[in-house]
Amino acid sequence: MTVGILSLQGAYALHGEILRSMDVSLQYVRYPKDLENCDSLIIPGGESTTISKLLDESGLRQAVLDFAKQRSILGTCAGMILMAKDADDDKVNPLRLIDMKVSRNAYGRQVDSFTTNLEMSLNGSTVSTKGVFIRAPRIISFGQDLEILAKVNDEPVLVKQGLHMASSFHPELSGNNNVHRYFLSLNRKPVST
Amino acid sequence: MEKGSIELKVGLAEMLKGGVIMDVTTAEQAVIAEEAGAEAVMALERIPADIREDGGIARMSQPAMIKEIQGKVSIPVMAKCRIGHFAEAQILEALGVDFIDESEVLTPADDTNHINKHAFKVPFVCGCRNLGEALRRIGEGAAMIRTKGEAGSGNIVEAVRHMRMVQSQIKELTLLDEEELMAKSKDLGAPYSLVKQVAKLGKLPVPNFAAGGIATPADASLMMQLGAESVFVGSGIFKSEDPAVRAKAIVGAVTYFDDPKKLAEISYGLKEAMKGLDMSEIPADQRMQERGW
Repeated sequence: MTVGILSLQGAYALHGEILRSMDVSLQYVRYPKDLENCDSLIIPGGESTTISKLLDESGLRQAVLDFAKQRSILGTCAGMILMAKDADDDKVNPLRLIDMKVSRNAYGRQVDSFTTNLEMSLNGSTVSTKGVFIRAPRIISFGQDLEILAKVNDEPVLVKQGLHMASSFHPELSGNNNVHRYFLSLNRKPVST
Repeated sequence: MEKGSIELKVGLAEMLKGGVIMDVTTAEQAVIAEEAGAEAVMALERIPADIREDGGIARMSQPAMIKEIQGKVSIPVMAKCRIGHFAEAQILEALGVDFIDESEVLTPADDTNHINKHAFKVPFVCGCRNLGEALRRIGEGAAMIRTKGEAGSGNIVEAVRHMRMVQSQIKELTLLDEEELMAKSKDLGAPYSLVKQVAKLGKLPVPNFAAGGIATPADASLMMQLGAESVFVGSGIFKSEDPAVRAKAIVGAVTYFDDPKKLAEISYGLKEAMKGLDMSEIPADQRMQERGW
C-alpha cells in the first residue's frame, strides 16, 4: 500500500516521517501522475489559500476529485478546510468532499494556538491523544452523515464521512500514529463504486 | 489547555515550510501577495532596498499599518522588531502578529543582547550567517531560523554563502565524536545541548529558511536546493517591474524547486527583476548582515 501526501506547501514532510516510522511506503504528490500509484492521500497542514491556488495551477484539483471517488483522503488543519463542502472565506476554493462548513483561523491568531488532551473514538475504542491546534479551523455546521470521532469543548475536531477524514488539529504533531493508523485501516475495507 | 509553548511556535514554523513569505509595505501589496499564493506576509514600513537608500533609523512598523494588513489578508502576518528591542516585540505581540522577525534589517537597539524570546507567546524568527549564530538564537527561544543573506541587495551571493556555511557546519558536527562536541560548542559559541542535538539530528531543531537577496524564481530554487525549507522575499518582488506575476512565479518555483522544466515554464515572460547591487557597492559598515552576532 502506498500513501500519497499532497506536497504543494506545508507540513508534508512531518506526515512522511510518521508514515516512514510505520513502514508504509509513501509518495509525495506534486503532479497529477503522482496519484496513480497511491491508495490513499493525506492533505497536510499549511496555508489553505496557498494550497488551494496550487491545486488549480498544478492540475491536481480534478485529479484529487477523481481519486476521492474511490480512495480515502485525510485532511489535517488546512487540509480540513480543503476537504469541506464550504469555507467561510472565498479565498479558499475547497474540494467539497465532506459535508461540513468550516471557519478559518476560528480560534484566533497564533497567540491563541493551543494544545489540549482529547479523546478519540476509533474502531470502537477510546484513545487519548494530544491535540495540537495551530491557527486552527473550526467546524461551524455539518450534515447528518458526519461521523464525529473526537470533540473539544463539545465541538467536532476529528470527523469522518464515507471514505474521508478530517482533523482540525495536527495528528502529525501528537507524538503518536493513532490517527494515521486508523486512516490506513479505512482503506482496507472493500470499496464499492 | 496550553498556549505559547515552544511546540506551538515551532509548529507554526513547520506549517510554513515549502512556501514564500513576502515583504509588503501596504495593505494593497499584502492583498497582491496573498492572491499570488504567499503563505505569509511580513509587514514593514520600507522594504530593505529603500531602507538602505533612504538611511536614517529603521524601526518597528506603525501599529495602524499592521492592523490594516491583518484586516485585509487571512494568511499569517509577521512583523519586524529591532534586535534587542523587546518593547517593540511586546507591542507586536499585543497586536497579535503571528511571527516576529528580530531583524538586522532594522537599526539594532541593543548592540550586545538579543531578545529573550522564551518570554513571549508569539514565535520569533532570527537571522544567522553560520551555525553558531543560529544556535545562539535558538538558545534564546527562536522558533525559526533564516539565513541572513544581504537584505535589499537583490544579490543572492550572501544568501548562498550563509546557507552553505550552516549546512557544512551541520555536516561537520555529525562526523564528530561525542568527546569533540564540547570543544566544538566552545568554538561555535553555541549552547552544548543544542550542539549535541544538531550532531544527532543532522539538521537544526527548528525550520531553516533563506532570506536576503532572492529576486528570481531561479534564486528561490537555488536556495531550496541548498537546503532552505522556505524562502523570504523582500525587495525582490515589489522592486521588480511585475510584482504580481513575479510573486506567483516565485511561489511556483519553491513548490517545484527541483524541476528545471517547470522552472523554465514559470520563469517565461517575466519582466526585469530588481536591479540589485554588487557586494563591492555596499561598504562593509553598511552591510545589514553584520548586525547582531
